[in-house]
Amino acid sequence: MIKSELVQRIAEQNPHLYQRDVENIVNAILDEIVAAMARGDRVELRGFGAFSVKNRPARQGRNPRTGTKVEVTEKYVPFFKTGKEMRERLNDV
Amino acid sequence: MSGRTVTRADLSEAVYQKVGLSRTESAELVELVLQEISDCIVRGEPVKLSSFGSFIVRAKGERIGRNPKTGEEVPIAPRRVMVFKPSNVLKQRINGSLVPNGGDEDDD
Repeated sequence: MIKSELVQRIAEQNPHLYQRDVENIVNAILDEIVAAMARGDRVELRGFGAFSVKNRPARQGRNPRTGTKVEVTEKYVPFFKTGKEMRERLNDV
Repeated sequence: MSGRTVTRADLSEAVYQKVGLSRTESAELVELVLQEISDCIVRGEPVKLSSFGSFIVRAKGERIGRNPKTGEEVPIAPRRVMVFKPSNVLKQRINGSLVPNGGDEDDD
């Protein structure tokens, strides 16, 4: 399922809303999650999962092809931990 | 980093502010969006949300684990797990705001 299909499914269940409103709703939700992570906040959605940001400190890496040393700068990576209910639903517990 | 935790209530508030539905309806729609995404994943179908990321289901085979306390070997049954693969846009947004002058390169 891609974003436009998600929008369509929600619009079908809410005939009183315009497709454009539904698009704005989906975008508002995703933007809010992105903005939270960009602030370094955690987003906890019970039953679904939690988004957080992890720090990867600077390290010395190597170019695997040439073997030369390269400095890798500090960075932050998005991380998602699946919620309990989702884990259980995936394995029909 | 402010270290706050954002919840469903904050997502509903964002929908309420940006779309102009009632608070009740905003909350219901947040729930519906999460439900549609979850149902799709549970069916084993990937969910791809452009400029955000994708949720993918992976099947894990059986393997032998160990109880870290007792050292006892225990079989871990085959199971399905869901993984989130963040989009490059999301990775760059996060580095652009959290790393001083970062976010302009993507080396992995």
